Amino acid sequence: MMTLKVNGHDHQIDADPDTPLLYVLREDIKLNAAKFGCGLGQCGACTVIVDGKAVLSCVTPLLLLEGKRVTTLEGLGTIDAPAPIQRAFMEEQAAQCGYCIAGMMMRAQALLQKNPKPTDAQIRAELEPHLCRCGTHMRILRAVHRAARLMDTAELSPSSHGSTP
Amino acid sequence: MTKPRIIACIVAALLIGGVVTAFAVVWRPAIAAIEPPAPQSFDTALVKQGRDLAAIGNCNDCHTVRGGKAFAGGLPVPTPFGTIYSSNITPDPETGIGRWSEDAFRRAMRSGVDRAGSHLYPTFPYDHFTNVTDEDDRALYAFLMTRPAVHVPARANDLSFPLNQRFVVAGWKLLFLRLGTYQADISQNAEWNRGAYLVEGLAHCGACHTPRNALGAERASASFSGGDVDNWHAYAINARSPSPVPWDTEALFSYLRQGWHSDHGVARGPMAEVVSNLSSVQESDVHAIAAFMTSVFGLPPDRLRQASDIRTRIKSPPPPSPTNTPGASIYAAACATCHDTDRPLPYGGVHLGLSTAVSAPDPRNAANIILSGIGPVEGERSPIMPGFASSMTDQQISALLNYLRARFSNQPAWTGVEKTVADARISQTVFLQTSQGPHNAPADPMQRDKP
Repeated sequence: MMTLKVNGHDHQIDADPDTPLLYVLREDIKLNAAKFGCGLGQCGACTVIVDGKAVLSCVTPLLLLEGKRVTTLEGLGTIDAPAPIQRAFMEEQAAQCGYCIAGMMMRAQALLQKNPKPTDAQIRAELEPHLCRCGTHMRILRAVHRAARLMDTAELSPSSHGSTP
Repeated sequence: MTKPRIIACIVAALLIGGVVTAFAVVWRPAIAAIEPPAPQSFDTALVKQGRDLAAIGNCNDCHTVRGGKAFAGGLPVPTPFGTIYSSNITPDPETGIGRWSEDAFRRAMRSGVDRAGSHLYPTFPYDHFTNVTDEDDRALYAFLMTRPAVHVPARANDLSFPLNQRFVVAGWKLLFLRLGTYQADISQNAEWNRGAYLVEGLAHCGACHTPRNALGAERASASFSGGDVDNWHAYAINARSPSPVPWDTEALFSYLRQGWHSDHGVARGPMAEVVSNLSSVQESDVHAIAAFMTSVFGLPPDRLRQASDIRTRIKSPPPPSPTNTPGASIYAAACATCHDTDRPLPYGGVHLGLSTAVSAPDPRNAANIILSGIGPVEGERSPIMPGFASSMTDQQISALLNYLRARFSNQPAWTGVEKTVADARISQTVFLQTSQGPHNAPADPMQRDKP
């Protein structure tokens, strides 16, 4: 039995230490944003954020997550209150079939957290591990730029600094 | 003459003699600058020949920095003495070699002196290039002088006194530079001699694969016994090779040509750039290199027996080993899905019982590859491996490395693994940011039509 911290909540997980995080997220915790694509760490569809870094959850065994904070797409925003990255992807209509998009958003989110104004080249280099077969790459690029702008504006708005009297 | 006067004369003569000798060792005349020759003035067949020779010489690897223009220099090359930045070898008249005559180019290749007469640091491997024939130098010159000129001034080297004084290099040359072109060995056939000429000369394999002495020169007595490059270990490529299955000519040819071999795995790190270049040159030259190197490796009968043992062993079920250790669990979830299946190379991972990295004398290469993986070649179908720098701590990678060593090699455990991983995390980041990376897909083009 181990405690896994996902999106701010502690979960008691009863699984072998070599169980991939992706299986635990989808089957035990029922968080289905992270997708099973190849199971080999080669497509990026399973990407989640662990302690601020984008990680391929299909090749990350549970035992590596002791004491770490996992964030999935569900932890960023909801349908009613989407996070900037989610809003940007919707506004740019960056998804076609959408299977790769959750992973794309998570790596983009991790990138924007450490580099709020990435260049086109930096976004391309960062998203290199992700495959998209529909071919919405140009929209994905625009969406990441848009998310950067949205986050920038969000920081300037008073509401993001906590509740104002 | 009085006695003191005679002594004074002798001292003066010695001093003058010393100065003259030092001057002869250090001073090299400038070679007159020329008007940059028009690209059309070079014979196209010669340019084509030079293109292949430059690929064999791996010139673009050091003389191009990531994000920079081809051959415009600027790559930081870390050495034990400080960082040296590669120079611009495009035909730009101000910052490149546009005003160099062919004589000046040949002198640089042969004896490491630039057009103006300054000594070049031996990071530029003229200790090998001295073997290159006049004809090949002419072709290389024609190739480089017909590249697009790029205006990029050289970056100042980061060396401390006295090494930042170029005359010091003259002393180094006196000790270690043996001038003279390659002499054929008549007891060997033409292919062997072609291979030896390329390996000892332009391809400068020993620059990485031969250990260096305290003054940074290759140790002639330990030729091809394994060296260092960019915090990678360049494996021994003689009888001391740590490869579990010994190399033969055909395996080596196919590895150098396509970038992988099913008994050895995929080329990566600095070697990925070498094979990326070799995939584009005359097949006969790569075969010659493989033929010569096979004679350097040698094929002791006990090593051949060992090879067949290994092939049998990896096909049989694994011996019972502790499966509840962190290393075993990480291997099962993160590595085995590619490395322990029947998917063939290069898109499946090599069985780690065949991996030279796991059997190597130190864990540097294995640590580098676990941290950074193998990046895709842009626009090409190529082998890839995810890196684990973001998901594993140094301690966890060390646990994995110790497990791999114990399970997949018959070598003694590594020492100082955690320190190696910590160092690799720093140096690998720098390497990936500055090295341009391979540009050809290191894979068999015949495979591209297959699913």
